[in-house]
Parts: sequence; structure tokens; C-alpha cells
Amino acid sequence: MAVVARKQIYEGSRIPHPVPTILEVDPEKHDLEDILRVNFGPNHPSTHGVLRLVVDLDGESVAGIRAVIGYLHTGFEKNMEAKSWWKSVTYPARVDYVSFQANELVYVLAVEKLLGIEVPRRATWARMALTELTRIHSHLIWLGTSALELGAISLLWYTFDDRDVILDLFEMVGGARMHTRYFQVGGLAEDLPPGFTAEARKFCDAMPKSVDEYEAILDRNAIWLERTRGIGLLSTDDALALAQSGPVLRASGVNWDLRKAMPYLAYDEVEFDVPVYSNGDVYDRYKVHMDEMRESVRIVRQCLDRLDEMEGEAWVADDRKVVLPPRHELHTSMESLIHHFKIVTEGYTVPEGEVYVVIESPRGEAGCYLVSDGGPRPWRVHFRAPSLAALQATATVVQNCLVADLVAVAGSLDPVMGDADR
Amino acid sequence: MTYAGVPGLVETHETYGETTLVVDPARLVEACSYLRDEEGFNVLSDVTSTDYLGWGEQGVAGYIGTASGNDLNEPGSQGLARLPDPKPKRFSVSHHLLRVSERPARLRVQVWLDDGEPVASVVPVWPAADWLEREVWDMMGIRFDGHPNLVRILMDEDWEGHPLRKDYPLGGEPVRFSDED
Repeated sequence: MAVVARKQIYEGSRIPHPVPTILEVDPEKHDLEDILRVNFGPNHPSTHGVLRLVVDLDGESVAGIRAVIGYLHTGFEKNMEAKSWWKSVTYPARVDYVSFQANELVYVLAVEKLLGIEVPRRATWARMALTELTRIHSHLIWLGTSALELGAISLLWYTFDDRDVILDLFEMVGGARMHTRYFQVGGLAEDLPPGFTAEARKFCDAMPKSVDEYEAILDRNAIWLERTRGIGLLSTDDALALAQSGPVLRASGVNWDLRKAMPYLAYDEVEFDVPVYSNGDVYDRYKVHMDEMRESVRIVRQCLDRLDEMEGEAWVADDRKVVLPPRHELHTSMESLIHHFKIVTEGYTVPEGEVYVVIESPRGEAGCYLVSDGGPRPWRVHFRAPSLAALQATATVVQNCLVADLVAVAGSLDPVMGDADR
Repeated sequence: MTYAGVPGLVETHETYGETTLVVDPARLVEACSYLRDEEGFNVLSDVTSTDYLGWGEQGVAGYIGTASGNDLNEPGSQGLARLPDPKPKRFSVSHHLLRVSERPARLRVQVWLDDGEPVASVVPVWPAADWLEREVWDMMGIRFDGHPNLVRILMDEDWEGHPLRKDYPLGGEPVRFSDED
């Protein structure tokens, strides 16, 4: 595992003052008439989603920048207040639509924390396996699109090929390829289908080889190296001050992964390493993503072994006030029918309180803040979006970069606009 | 772990394994600087707020979809198991702090505000508060004094109202091509 000794990235802090998220044009340059203001996005093929960047160009270099977001604001948080707890499970997956399973997990974990419900271990390990598959899925999309933005078109086809296998696995467990709504409060919506672990193992055998191939394509490509190394610098201090998390933080030399630092699910029972790089440039962010895919495969393998041991165990908590009763009981048991009716029509109530639950999503620290008044609907739902935090660093990372690198640098922060705008 | 030395500390809650420090809004920046410098909370993970208008009564979120949609205030058969504890003021603003170090920890610093009451911005303490506070202003209409650029972030610049307030109806915007225009 590459843990490189920390080097000085640059002198002092680059966070522009006084507004940390806006890079102002040097006033001396401003009076000259050769500053050109260009609007990148929100609908531009080379932007990462509906992100709008208002860029002031001095020749080919970026002299000022302001990121404008909100074009994908959908009001998820408001909508969830009007739905019962169990109906809202469909929303979080659509917030960050690239790492859907991770968002579903954080919401479900938060509700479970309020309920104080015990989740069977088979469900916990299945959640871990699927969340790690989501991490690989998300990183593959990042890799494919980032390489595409720098002109390496071929990689997109390869990564989407592998991504398709992951989506096949999701289809197998949940019936839907994305937004599965497979996690539910208390465990899973269904048991893992027979043959899932065997199929997932095939993927685990193929994936490390694919990662090696991706690295072989990119690491020996002079253009890729030229356009990623030493570009988009973010120092450790700035990364922490701007609340960066996930791969961006780890590429800036901070050994911080919530799966290790504050373990949830059963991450303290699996073996994996946290990749840390110290240059804080686009290349190091790429390396963190590649290493993380390998580590995720390691975790998935361990989860599959445990899941095979737990074959036949309960996959959802036996709490009839919260979990839908088994379908077959509806024909024979009056109580089950009543429980089913109550949960579906009115929903279960959740004890009063507020919680903030955080997991390590593919993009970093994904949090869910819930307030309950004791009723069947959430009083307040809020998602801590790692993409929003990442985009705050745009003005800091693009300093002194060329307009041609702008998209590569902004894209290396791995923002998903659905996540940032919610 | 005690946080007794935090300036302006009003009370400390320990619920669901999470620590909440309720702080006097006038001394928020002082408290945050103390927590950053003395307690090592070097990352501001999140800033969010909650509107407690109608707390303890039935929900006041309005109706679903159009005015003729389902009324959310219609009492359910179950109702609330018990009335929730009253809140000191209408809005809470929660700052979720994180300590990235060998001794990881989380902490919630909370202030309570009435409608129209401003609170000091913590951008000077953690630059990451910039967009988070803009979002709170946009969604809840809470002003942050000393914020360098307090403008709307998610909604349009000319948007009226603050959508996450409880008195802002869901579906408040007319639905095009519905019969109700």
C-alpha cells in the first residue's frame, strides 16, 4: 500500500479570500480588457452533470471562477417529510444516483438508530457486499467519464462493460438495475437469491484484472500523465478546512476512512487497506480510485464467504411493527394482515429524537440527519452531500490551471450533481 | 468527555450515543473557535437547520400535490404515541463537527433561533461553512451575520419564500396543464 511521505504541496493556503468558494480575478488584471468571462454549463457536454462554472479567462489560463449549483434541485428533503418513513426509502437512492446503494444504506441506518432495531447479521453482510459493489460501480463511472473528458474515449466502453456486470448483480438481488430499494429498515427487502454469491465471485475474479488493464492503458499514456500530474493541487490543510472527504481527502495525504476510523456495519471484521497518496493532484485522486476498487473487491470476497456461511439465516428483523410480514402469512394469519395493512397505509412510528448517521460513500462522508416527532413521517430529513463539499473546493483547486484542464480538475473532485443539489 | 469549558454553553444532551451542545447564539463563533483550537474539531462536516413550527401538533407540511390532494393534517388512527418535548424556539441550527485525528469524534453544536433572528456565521472558523450556510439561508431563511456571500444556492436568485419551512406548502407551485390553473 502506497503511503507516501508528506511533501510540501505549496506555500500557505490557496483558499481565496474572503469567499472561499469564489476565485476573484486579480484587480490589476481586471482593468485590462483581455479578461474574458465564459459560461461553462449548466448544459455543456464536457461538464460533469449540470454544473455551471462561470470562468474568467486570461488568455488560456483561469483567472477567476465561480461554481453555480442548484440546477438539479429536486426537493427530496421536503418531499420526504410528506411520506411515511418506509415510503421515503425510495428517495435517498435517487439523491446520489451513481452510488445509490450507499445513500439507501445511510438513510436506513439512521432510521434504525432511532428505532433501536437489531438487524440480523446476514442482512449486515449483504449490505456490506452490495455497498462495496456500488463503490466499484461509482468509481468505474468516474474513471470512464474522467478519461473521456481528457480524450481517452476507449476507456469509457471498458468501464461500462464492467459496470454492466455489477448492474446485472443488482438486478439479480433487487429486480431493478439501479435504485433497487433493496435495503429496508430492519434488513433487506428479500433474501439474496440462490446463486448470487457464485455470480458475484465470478465478478470478483475478473475485476482486479480489469483494474490492472485500466492502469495499463492510462499509466503508460503520456497524454494522461501530462494532463493529470501536478494539476488541481489541494493541500492537506485546505482539504480539511473545506471539509473534503473520501478519495479527495485521501489523495491529499490524510489517512482517513470512516470504515476504519468509525466503523459501522461489520467493517471492523474485514481486512482491507486504505490507499493514501500525498501529492493532492488529479493523478493521485485517480490512483486512490484505482486502489479503492481493488480493496472493495477484497471486501466483497470476504462478505461473500461470510454470506455462504450464513445461508438460510434470517435476513430481516422479526419486528412486526416495523417490517412487513411474510407474504404467505397474509392468507392464514389475521394479525399479519392487520400489521401489513397498518404499515402500508399509515406506516410505523419512530421514536422522537434526532440523529446524524454517517457512512463512507464512494464520494466520501455521506451523512443523514433525521428528526422525528414520534409520528409516522420524518419531521426533517437532511443529507450531508459529499459532492457539495467537493464542489466547494473548485475555486481552490483550479488556481493557475489552463482552461483545457478545467474539466479534468473539476471532474477529479468526483461531484454528482444530484447529490450536491438534492 | 466533558465540554464544560465551551464558551456560552447552555446545556449538553447525550441521546442515541450522540453529544449535542446547545450554545448561546451570541457566543457561537467563540464556542466554535474553542472547539476547533482546544478540542481539535478540525472539520465542519455539516450545517443544517430544522423548523419546529407546529411541533407536537399534527404535521403542518400542507398537502400533497395540488390543493385537492391528500391533506397531511388529517389525523391518523394511531396519532403520536405521546406529545414530543417542547422546543425552546422555532428553529434549530445544528453544526456537525468532526475530529479527524487518532481520536475521532463527532459533536453537534446547536443554537435555537426565532423567526427573523440572525446568527453569526462560522465561515471565519471553518471555510467549509460557506455553502452550507447559504443552503440553510436558502431553505430555511435563517440569516448568518458576517457571511461573505449570503445568496441563494439551490433555488433561483429571485425565488420567494424558503421551501423547507413548515409553513411553505408542498406543491405550492401551480402544476401546469392541470385543471386547476
